[in-house]
Amino acid sequence: MKDWGYSILKGRQIDFENNDFSIAEYITKHEPSFRWCIGCGSCTATCSAARLTDFNPRKLKLLIQRGEIKGLADEIAKCMLCGKCQLVCPRGINTRNVIQNIKRALNTCHAL
Amino acid sequence: METEGKKRVWEEYQKEIADDHYFYVRSCIRQTFFPGSETTFLKILQNDLKKDVFEDARHTTCTGIGYHTDIVPLETTMTVIARHFALMTEAGYVNIIPSCVTSFGLYTEVLDTWRHFPEIEAKIREYLWKATKREFKVPENLVHTSDIIYKFRNRIKDLSKVSLINKKTGLPLNVVEHIGCHYSKMFPQSGVGGAEFPAVLTGMIEAWGGTVIDYPERRHCCGFGFRQYLVKANRGYSVSNSKKKFESMQPYQPDFMVANCPGCSMFLDRWQYTIAEMEGITYDSNGTGIPVLTYEEMAGLVMGYSPWDIGLQMHQVSVEPLLDKLGIEYKKEDKYLGSNGQNIGEPQKPMFLIV
Amino acid sequence: MAINSQHIVIIGGGPAGLEAASCLGTAGYRVTVLEKEKQTGGKLLIWDKLFPEFRNSDKVLNHLSNGFKTNPPQILTNAEVVSVIPENGQHRINLRDGQAFQADTVLITTGFKLYNAEKKEEYGYQIYENVITSFDLEKQLKTGNPIRIEAGLTPRRIAFIHCVGSRDIKSGNIYCSRTCCITGVKQAIEIKRRLSDAEVFNFYMDLRMFGQNFEELYIEAQQKWGVTFIRGRVSEIAENKDNSLQLKAEDTLSGRPIKMSFDLVVLLAGMVPEPRTVEIGKSAGLEFTSGNFLAGLDSHISQNETNTPGIFIAGTCREPLSVAETLTDARAATVKMISWLRENETSHKKPLIKRDND
Repeated sequence: MKDWGYSILKGRQIDFENNDFSIAEYITKHEPSFRWCIGCGSCTATCSAARLTDFNPRKLKLLIQRGEIKGLADEIAKCMLCGKCQLVCPRGINTRNVIQNIKRALNTCHAL
Repeated sequence: METEGKKRVWEEYQKEIADDHYFYVRSCIRQTFFPGSETTFLKILQNDLKKDVFEDARHTTCTGIGYHTDIVPLETTMTVIARHFALMTEAGYVNIIPSCVTSFGLYTEVLDTWRHFPEIEAKIREYLWKATKREFKVPENLVHTSDIIYKFRNRIKDLSKVSLINKKTGLPLNVVEHIGCHYSKMFPQSGVGGAEFPAVLTGMIEAWGGTVIDYPERRHCCGFGFRQYLVKANRGYSVSNSKKKFESMQPYQPDFMVANCPGCSMFLDRWQYTIAEMEGITYDSNGTGIPVLTYEEMAGLVMGYSPWDIGLQMHQVSVEPLLDKLGIEYKKEDKYLGSNGQNIGEPQKPMFLIV
Repeated sequence: MAINSQHIVIIGGGPAGLEAASCLGTAGYRVTVLEKEKQTGGKLLIWDKLFPEFRNSDKVLNHLSNGFKTNPPQILTNAEVVSVIPENGQHRINLRDGQAFQADTVLITTGFKLYNAEKKEEYGYQIYENVITSFDLEKQLKTGNPIRIEAGLTPRRIAFIHCVGSRDIKSGNIYCSRTCCITGVKQAIEIKRRLSDAEVFNFYMDLRMFGQNFEELYIEAQQKWGVTFIRGRVSEIAENKDNSLQLKAEDTLSGRPIKMSFDLVVLLAGMVPEPRTVEIGKSAGLEFTSGNFLAGLDSHISQNETNTPGIFIAGTCREPLSVAETLTDARAATVKMISWLRENETSHKKPLIKRDND
């Protein structure tokens, strides 16, 4: 095939209709507080891992809920499970259990 | 969909379109891409509608492409446009009609700039005088040439030989209309029908018997974007935008697309070939692609002009399936005959796209 | 009870006008309420349930009519006021049909008008069948019938779009209409109550949960009802082939554009001044806010007084307010009116003027 010097780009748009919500559903079922987030970002502000890596628990949770789960296993591996996020969450989300459930969901829903 | 609601929107965006005596300025690129379009426009206006249209061979590019690619500074662009106004003034005209949507958008933007900042207009007048010893009056009426065809759509219908109807089924053809971004997105008041539901092409299609498809990505840009296309490495942007539109319109099974912008017509046509060769797909059911017309070509077909006289052999996506639907007779062997009767040569066959 | 001879005319028989009429009547004043519609109650008549406790609007309407047990006001319906003109230290109120009233003081409570969502062309209201406003939905809820879309089907996914015609310089309204945020939360819950399987999304710029129990209701929407909130202003709506709606926004908290399909889209259209309020205000020489609402004399200490002595304003003709706030505002206005009347009676000792309806 001809080399065009460019290629068709994969869109950056979140295509909600065609995304994978199995992990979000698994987590919500086992830890309902997963839904309570208001995106304030205090978890990321206090996160030990976020200081050293591009780990962002607020965004990670949001992307899971939008069905954007590519690279999730590598992302979640950055968490040190220190529990600081749980101390600051104004909505009382059990963030530690959310993280544990993300890991379990990855094993259950996807052999990623 | 409630068409009454659309009509209310259209009523908000009506503009004055001069009735006669036009100073015509051509597009840089259309004469290469769709060379019959501008000739067809002139034939319809001058021969069929008996309008006075004047052209000046000294007219140049408006620098739109250079301006939008950050190569030409704005002052230069404005001075070049001022020179066109001077040519118009010298010829005794007050109505200017650019054939190109980029030019139309840029002329509109320049006039708007001058309205807000008269000191800039004064400076440009000085530049033009220093460079060319020319003076000008600003046009009384600036409209795009698609506005002119829109204005006379019913006259054209009265003179027409062909309707946008499938001859075999008797049903209206499904038409995708695509409006160039710079026709009304920057200045909604300057476009017939505004920017969200432009009526300029819809008006023509409906007057001539077709049905307009309102598909979800109708308002999306074709992807030309100047820099995005001109730099080869960036062309992925451009083709991906067109692809998004094709995917969105595909379920409606369009019979053809029509655009009012030189770049859009070009890319909607040529990118279908590129995507077919890259991914092995087309957006019609026969593998021939969806034909793309300029509005002048569409008007020319409606007026009964020969498809090869209006330049349809220069299209990448074959127009023959559309001509068959319209019941237009044509000779396949005449497709690549020049005006002198000599064969102009045939393009190579693509690997995947059926031509 | 002793009836004060001073006459008060209230223009507008919605919640503010009726609450004020009841307070002023109880205080012993002679009150006339001029209502342009054939029935008093204003937009409460359209509304089904009120936030944040989902109380039926009838309960508030009943409260308002119960206020007239002692010294009831004279209520005139189909009475459309066109101007208020100062005359001999009083005010002459002219009606469309040629009738006129004299009043010692006037209270304007003409309310608001719903922003015309057609103006947000990109949302296709009145073009796409399944794009409706919060008013349209409320009317549907009030019928008690199951929620259906145009084709008679049950919607599975519903979007609420906040700030339609509010905080939007392009639509001419830079102000916040305040009550749409909580209305979006309230109506989202009402949909979930009736259609538990439906997915409900709110697209917002900020959620302004200013009132008592508003934040609690927002939390309930998330926790109990599973309503999803996406921070991003919707940029356009288009119709899919099956008449569902394709919606584009930026999911700003993930920094990515998002595309979703919905069966029903509800536009939370904001509040704008009634054109007639502007007409009346101009005739009386009143000042206006930047949003063209009637302006109070001072934004802290005298919101209900105007630059024309003797003319008072209350409710949503002066700024977007909730029903609860409107009632409070009406009561506050009456206190100011009573002190003004007392002061004028004693200090000026005006002669009794013959009134049209005496």
